Amino acid sequence: MNDIIISLQGISAEYDGEKVIDKLNLDIRDHEFVTFLGPSGCGKTTTLRIIGGFVEPTEGDVFFEGKKITDVPAFKRNINTVFQRYALFPHLNVYDNIAFGLKLKKVPKEHIKIQVEEMLKLVNLEGYEMRKINQLSGGQQQRVAIARALINKPKVLLLDEPLGALDLKLRKEMQMELKRIQQALGITFIYVTHDQEEALTMSDRVLVMRKGKILQSGSPEDIYNEPVNAFVADFIGESNIIGGVMLDDYLVEFAGVKFECEDSGFSRMEAVDVVIRPEDFRMVSVDEGQIIGKVESVIFKGVHFEIIVEGHGLQWMIHSTQSREVGDMIGMTLTPNDIHVMRKMEGRR
Amino acid sequence: MKIKAVSYPYVAWALLFIAIPLGLIVYFAFTDTAGSFTVDNIIQAGRYSNVLMKSIWLSAISTAICLVMGYPIAYYMSRSSAMVSGTILLLIMLPMWMNFLLRTYGWMSILENNGIINQIFGVFGLGPFEMINTQGAVVLGMVYNYIPFMILPLNSVMTKIGKDVIEAAQDLGASPARVLSEVVLPLSLPGIKTGIIMVFVPAVSTFIISQMLGGGGNQLIGDIIELQFLGNAYNPNLGSAISLVLMLLVMLIMSVSGFLNDDDLEEKLL
Ligand SMILES: Nc1ncnc2c1ncn2[C@@H]1O[C@H](COP(=O)(O)OP(=O)(O)O)[C@@H](O)[C@H]1O
Ligand SMILES: [Mg+2]
Repeated sequence: MNDIIISLQGISAEYDGEKVIDKLNLDIRDHEFVTFLGPSGCGKTTTLRIIGGFVEPTEGDVFFEGKKITDVPAFKRNINTVFQRYALFPHLNVYDNIAFGLKLKKVPKEHIKIQVEEMLKLVNLEGYEMRKINQLSGGQQQRVAIARALINKPKVLLLDEPLGALDLKLRKEMQMELKRIQQALGITFIYVTHDQEEALTMSDRVLVMRKGKILQSGSPEDIYNEPVNAFVADFIGESNIIGGVMLDDYLVEFAGVKFECEDSGFSRMEAVDVVIRPEDFRMVSVDEGQIIGKVESVIFKGVHFEIIVEGHGLQWMIHSTQSREVGDMIGMTLTPNDIHVMRKMEGRR
Repeated sequence: MKIKAVSYPYVAWALLFIAIPLGLIVYFAFTDTAGSFTVDNIIQAGRYSNVLMKSIWLSAISTAICLVMGYPIAYYMSRSSAMVSGTILLLIMLPMWMNFLLRTYGWMSILENNGIINQIFGVFGLGPFEMINTQGAVVLGMVYNYIPFMILPLNSVMTKIGKDVIEAAQDLGASPARVLSEVVLPLSLPGIKTGIIMVFVPAVSTFIISQMLGGGGNQLIGDIIELQFLGNAYNPNLGSAISLVLMLLVMLIMSVSGFLNDDDLEEKLL
């Protein structure tokens, strides 16, 4: 099992004495598409910059293919970065921007030309060689930044919210394109975003971060279906998060109702968070409902309706392909595997 | 070209303080004391071509020294925190707030044969070295007085070079030396051009400094011109002619070396 390409061991980082990365441990496999996901300020960029060599960790070590690189300066690391705001060279045209890395390595001119052409093709920018950077749209600049990094054939590409500045439609296109490029070249991508949908659609593995720590690491399905705590659940897609009490193994009470569930191993009467995805409710008649409430609002969201129901002193969010009238009384039911019981997290209200 | 109403004060200003004086210089240069047309002044100005060459030579050297010394300082400032760069800026500006004659007198007493430097050398049984009244002293005076005009435009251009662009270069494998040659240098070219003009132009017409530090043997063209207006040699017509020749020569040098008709520069100066 020696295909670990990047390894962070006990990494911490500080700015002005304030700890922003807290004893982080992480192994990234070769060819993996890994995404750091978390709210703004949780330390995603800092972690990426530690891997790239732009921030020095206050403790811990960085390994690249098993070799310690903690003290290796950025320009000697075989890692390239696509920066958040592109950071293209304003004094060079598209061709020279992309050729920059190879020129430094003194690659012969003819070889550079062939490879730049290849890259331009890869990012769909053929014919743009002589354009100045300020004559390009945001999306095109993004592509140049990607080509400029990839031409060096790095083993690892770091991408810091590369699509953050693009509009929604272009962002979706570029997501597909990045995924295609990653698979075509087989390069390890370490990606940073605060957009959970982006993380879930692109990644092999998602790392959910909060306050300088990794809360959960897993495949998009795992993270979505089995969030380890209410923070992750809330951050990954919309959720109903309700305070409850664990009565016994496989039995939880919330909203004044007892429910069977699939969770065990809690102490008796332990206060817990219960997470229910909006799409997991089934709407039934009032007599059949485990929870009963009055429809407060109905919004059409394109594929589904978002229905807000008030009942048992709480608000419930339901996603359903069926609609209801505002003011209707309805019942809702849940099966045991719709109910996710989680330990209360310290630090949450 | 459309002139908007808001630019009228500027146009009036330019007319009053640039066009009219310039016109007067041209007028004086081509007239004699009686006010009739002559090219005699221009021909006489040719007598000073050696002094003129020396002025250009010394100010070119001074400009080069200002660039070589000022560039690292400006670069360091641009990469430092606001606190540090602000402090350095203050240190550079501080001497400029003192009268320039006073500053140059200061250098006289430092460089004199029994000045501070030679006294220190004397302790070790060395010297005295002849420092005052040399071309080196004149160059020193020019560099000392004009180097802020090199550092300021350089620093203003360099602070606009984003940290992310420099990191991008490092990321692509550029060592500190390559970051300098491939990114910082090309991006600071407009500042280099501005700095060279800002130092060279006043340096080439320097006077007083040359008299105080260079002694009698190192008169520069600026001193000659001054003499025609304020000195014993009172002859404003000749003074105007020399000024005109100097001006045209500077413009010629600048345009040949591609310093004028440059878009970046215009942006910088306006
Ligand atoms: N250069 C810096 N100086 C001081 N504090 C910083 C600096 N960069 C980031 N921080 C702080 O470190 C924390 C983590 O920042 P960052 O890694 O950029 O988060 P993210 O990329 O997840 O938004 C934030 O609280 C941020 O304010
Ligand atoms: Mg960030």
